[in-house]
Amino acid sequence: MTVTPGPARSRLDPDPLPRRDFLGLASLWAAASATLFATVGMLRLPRAAVLSSPSRKFRVSLPESLAPGVPFLPPGRSVALFREGEEVHAISTVCTHLGCIVKAAGDGFECPCHGSRFAADGSVVKGPAPKPLAWVKVSGSGASLLVDEEQVVPAGTKVKVKA
Amino acid sequence: MSAAPLQPPAPRRFLDNLREVPARLRESALRGGPPRSDRTRSTFVFGNVFLHLHAVRTHRWSLRWSTTWGLGIAAMAGFLITLVTGVLLMFYYKPYPDAAYLSIKDIHFVVPTGRFIRNIHRWAANLMVVAVLLHMARAFYTAAYRAPREFNWLIGMGLLVTTLGLSFTGYLLPWDQLAYWAITIGANIAQSPREVTDALGLTPYFDPGGLQRLLLLGSDIVGEEALIRFYLLHVMLLPLVLAALAAVHFWRIRKDGGLVRPADADRRLGPPSAETYPVFTEEPTKTYHLAAIVRGRTAAVGRGPEGTVPSMPHLFYAEAGVLMLTLLVCLGLALLIDAPLKELANPAVPENPAKAPWYFLGLQELVSYSAFMGGIGIPTIVLLGLGLIPFLDRETAGTGEWFGGPGGGRVVGQAVVVGLGAALAVEIFAIRYGWIREWLPGVPQLVITLINPGTVLTAIYAAYSIWLVRRYDSTRTGALGLFTCFLCGFTLLTLIGTYFRGPNWTFYWSPADWPVH
Repeated sequence: MTVTPGPARSRLDPDPLPRRDFLGLASLWAAASATLFATVGMLRLPRAAVLSSPSRKFRVSLPESLAPGVPFLPPGRSVALFREGEEVHAISTVCTHLGCIVKAAGDGFECPCHGSRFAADGSVVKGPAPKPLAWVKVSGSGASLLVDEEQVVPAGTKVKVKA
Repeated sequence: MSAAPLQPPAPRRFLDNLREVPARLRESALRGGPPRSDRTRSTFVFGNVFLHLHAVRTHRWSLRWSTTWGLGIAAMAGFLITLVTGVLLMFYYKPYPDAAYLSIKDIHFVVPTGRFIRNIHRWAANLMVVAVLLHMARAFYTAAYRAPREFNWLIGMGLLVTTLGLSFTGYLLPWDQLAYWAITIGANIAQSPREVTDALGLTPYFDPGGLQRLLLLGSDIVGEEALIRFYLLHVMLLPLVLAALAAVHFWRIRKDGGLVRPADADRRLGPPSAETYPVFTEEPTKTYHLAAIVRGRTAAVGRGPEGTVPSMPHLFYAEAGVLMLTLLVCLGLALLIDAPLKELANPAVPENPAKAPWYFLGLQELVSYSAFMGGIGIPTIVLLGLGLIPFLDRETAGTGEWFGGPGGGRVVGQAVVVGLGAALAVEIFAIRYGWIREWLPGVPQLVITLINPGTVLTAIYAAYSIWLVRRYDSTRTGALGLFTCFLCGFTLLTLIGTYFRGPNWTFYWSPADWPVH
């Protein structure tokens, strides 16, 4: 194998692939990607793997005197429970707009923060709320009901309980 | 022994040196001596790491009140005052839900001077927001954003956002009703991209809103994790960001050739008055060899620095004056009006109405039409628009003049009418007749997200501004109209949110008409 010498170059001519530039660029990119990965790693920290949220399941018994269409609001929970005859249903009172707690007002709910109004079944009547109020899961029978605020059920789901 | 040089014996030398310590200390700390000559006045500035953010000499145009009204320095003064009072408040504040409210009460009722310090902190923060907004308006109306100052305009926008972030995270900390519901609403605004992803059915796969809320709150609920995060943002991250941005902002003023001034500023100013400290009159004899490696319009090569005065004392005394004035106003307000503290946070019952501080009530008004558009969409559009202004307006007419540019003050006056009128018309319409959902109950959310009073108003402003660009054949005129419109819209919405919204965010002429509840 013969090596053809290229045109003679002086010491001052730059290399076609300057070795120093290559090494410099390579280390620069290595440092940049290491920093990037380190940053991504650090950004994972603020997102906890386990969230310290309290349980949102609770037991409740409805008062005997609860009239149909009148909400029962268990203290400390953001749910309104309704009983019509033997059927019970629960509607979340967290406004779907920006998370304020809606109040039962007349035949429906209204939000104090930005004026959304909801019908008795939770559907939006007025205001900025993008979605109807969520219906949440009720189970159990008789006096003691189990409500799970995290379990959303299709609107209109009513549970039969023995009075 | 050879003859030693004549010097006193060592103990004597020791005593002499000891006697000279104060003088030497002063000399080593402040090289160059007291700023009495032109030369030592210069060393005074560039020999000091903080002062040398300024140029050694300042143009007389920059020192006129009407050039800046001292607004930038007032904003910085507000920041410095909140910094000092904030550190003092940290002695007692405890960022934990059960303790936070009580510690604020302690600061208010028990801690010596605690109430006064908290009041100053609160008023300085409010003044800072006002000063930042007015300062931005000043920079805009004097076309100070133009080349070579485009980048500094962007830094300034960063400072505006950081200032608002600091204010927001600040009023969350007392953990009163205002704080709790503001965190709740803020976190849900961060989550509001779901309004769009839900409507498109994307949320299970792509949920930036949920991620933002989770990162802000550190939990599903508003609780201790959220409070400690906002505390961290308020006392550490955001102040650091603000200080860094502010340093760049000031440095760039110097690097961009001082404050903006009209090309014929020297002629307009006329000769300096006789009592002005000697203004450089000689042509420079130095060769500016450094200028070769400094890019841009930095060194005044070939133009003598005529029309300039030494920054020490002229500029620094003016700055110190603004600082003292700001402090005076803060102290006065703090003595007269207490910072508010509402009832302890109650996660079951929001206040009715739940109102943010005044500077966010315009946003709250927008949010009451659509969470995503009001809280994220329109603010993003406004910030994008502001950021693009210096790159779209490449004109030169009117630089450095109030309301400079084709049309000038007349267009601004017209834009005030259009801006207020359009905002008023849209608001009246929405308050009187409601919006799409009340007419067509089944309308998809996406329609409301896209077409709501906020977006309609934005569209009107954009259309008016495009009309101005054509009418005057000038981007600057369009920008003048748009910026004025947005200022007017912001002001009007803020006023409506502050004075005319009552329980359930319903319109009332006066709080006296609010229903009893």
